[in-house]
Amino acid sequence: MPEPLLQISELNVAFDTARGEVRPVRDVSLSIYPGQTVAVVGESGCGKSVTAMSILRLIPSPPSKVLSGSIRFQGRDLLSLSEKEMQSVRGKEIAMIFQEPMTSLNPVYSIGDQIAEAVVLHQNVGSREAMRIAEQSLRDVGIADPHRRMREYPHEMSGGMRQRIMIAMALSCKPKLLIADEPTTALDVTIQAQILELLRKIQRQTGMAIMLITHDLGVVAENADVVNVMYASRIVESATVEDLFDRPKHPYTQGLFRSIPKLGTTAKRLDTITGTVPNPAKFPAGCKFHPRCDKMNGDPICATVEPLLREIAPGHWASCHHVENFANSPVTLPQLQHKREDMVPLATEVKA
Amino acid sequence: MSDTPGQNGSPLIQVRDLKTYFPIRKGILSRTVAHVKAVDGVSFEVAEGKTLGLVGESGCGKTTVGRTILRLIPATSGEVIYRGQDFFHYRGEELRKLRRHMQIIFQDPVSSLNPRMTVGNIIGEPIEVHGIAKGSEKVDRVASLLQRVGLDPGYASRYPHEFSGGQRQRIGIARAISLSPEFIVCDEPVSALDVSIQSQILNLLNDLQDELKIAYLFIAHNLAVVEHFSDDVAVMYLGRIVEKASGHELYRNPKHPYTESLLSAVPEPDPRPKKRRIVLGGEVPSPANPPTGCAFHPRCPLARIAAENASAKDTVEITSGGQTFRVLRKCVEEAPPLEQKQGEAGHLAACWVTK
Repeated sequence: MPEPLLQISELNVAFDTARGEVRPVRDVSLSIYPGQTVAVVGESGCGKSVTAMSILRLIPSPPSKVLSGSIRFQGRDLLSLSEKEMQSVRGKEIAMIFQEPMTSLNPVYSIGDQIAEAVVLHQNVGSREAMRIAEQSLRDVGIADPHRRMREYPHEMSGGMRQRIMIAMALSCKPKLLIADEPTTALDVTIQAQILELLRKIQRQTGMAIMLITHDLGVVAENADVVNVMYASRIVESATVEDLFDRPKHPYTQGLFRSIPKLGTTAKRLDTITGTVPNPAKFPAGCKFHPRCDKMNGDPICATVEPLLREIAPGHWASCHHVENFANSPVTLPQLQHKREDMVPLATEVKA
Repeated sequence: MSDTPGQNGSPLIQVRDLKTYFPIRKGILSRTVAHVKAVDGVSFEVAEGKTLGLVGESGCGKTTVGRTILRLIPATSGEVIYRGQDFFHYRGEELRKLRRHMQIIFQDPVSSLNPRMTVGNIIGEPIEVHGIAKGSEKVDRVASLLQRVGLDPGYASRYPHEFSGGQRQRIGIARAISLSPEFIVCDEPVSALDVSIQSQILNLLNDLQDELKIAYLFIAHNLAVVEHFSDDVAVMYLGRIVEKASGHELYRNPKHPYTESLLSAVPEPDPRPKKRRIVLGGEVPSPANPPTGCAFHPRCPLARIAAENASAKDTVEITSGGQTFRVLRKCVEEAPPLEQKQGEAGHLAACWVTK
């Protein structure tokens, strides 16, 4: 069995806050294989972005600290690298794009300068060659007239264009892993479709792995190979995308599926999950989902013992006392090499 | 004036040829050099107790429509008829009285609640201003409103920052229904909320409508949410309505190529999607300088397909995004009217090509 490109094992992250310690990431384990798209899905505050930022060690310490766990990337533990070694990983081996393309670009430098800066930093090339690479990467992400765009500034561009530029910058050093944190959340649906199509195309061409952080189950369904559902700082379910959407096991995942309105359905009332996402500063005891859970039925174990992620069926992990066979299932680290079949080209692109 | 009875069967709100232009000023004299036509001739009706959904991408003018109807933004021209009366003609005290029947719920539940006011004051202020109740009677009303939107009546003494996003949106809803309005503009009421909270708020709005017979103008960019929630849906592109039909009909049988691509772009929560996707190239043009004729023509797949089968004199070459295309001349020169298409009665679309 080949090695995963990235393997996070039992990662625990804590923040020191004025109101005491909070734990945004608890016992998170996941692996990403080359060429895979692995989604981490959950609602705000569930810990998905902190997990992603921890990989690149982008969260200042203090206030954050890694309590335990390891993040192995191509055989090296990123958590034990020096800051200097880490700089050669960031941007070059692992690149990241963010939700808000406006605040992630520097407003006072031209687009060309910003991309070329990353290229000069990570590749042993002169500034002229760096500019050429920058222009090519703009062309690769479908920007018309890249030569002119190189001299423009972020404020001269629309949101979709800026996100393309972020992607161009991230891809200019040919990373092996792209972490995309809500890459299309701020964009309109037609622009979202363009950007996701672009990421799929680049992945097919380069074999890059993608860690896709999102709250949108539609985006997950169309793009991910493997899905991890996070709730209250933990992964509560992990499976292949087909398995998860066909047979969701955790009551939270099931509730999420029921509560989203789908196009073309007529039901007037939606099913809901009662209550709200718990505040990390005061998590309930036991299973963190039990106050909102419809499967609990007053079972005292849910309110006292927090279930660990167990492999309840081959290749399907969940953490719920009320999933069939839960008590007899082994506690293993989620590892799924699954890659969905190349989808028939979804798009009939209309150029404009 | 505010108690004018509505004639039976007539719509609660009629919007006729509404236009909202924003001036673009330049130079030291701030002379108006041009206009952004944010809303450019929009007409629709909302019946009592019904919901009209208004969808479109950012910048299409949907929010401006909602705010212009409520006179939060002055209209450039057009009419809003409320129960047979021209709402734009009211002034002063009469206007204030009429306003209690028309409320708004905003997208951002953080910035739309005054952080220095308690929840009780936020909800109670309109009740007092409109002279409906004061003192202990007002407190009782606030408590029952909080209960109605699913919050603990004891929360009245707390401040907005103590609540989660979903709870704040419930406070905003309680404020909007505090005057028993007949019409509420819901401007992206669930866009800022988490998935599991969105469905709670949508159900609440639905229950309130059934109970209080409120009509909604439901503005959103999420087509699945709009289709689920609305009786009729209007699709906007660059300040105009390009298609209007019942939610079910619009989804099943879209007539305008823009609607079709918008529907096809929504990612489905199904790993084996069946529908064909039409990815539109380019972006929505600037409303300060909209394309001539049908504003959608530079991105329109149908205008190009139709041009292939038309005689040369009926087509024209356009350049868009550095590429040249041949499209129908009519699409470039004349704006298509919003007219009845084949399908359900009341299914309107503005397109020269579709039947």
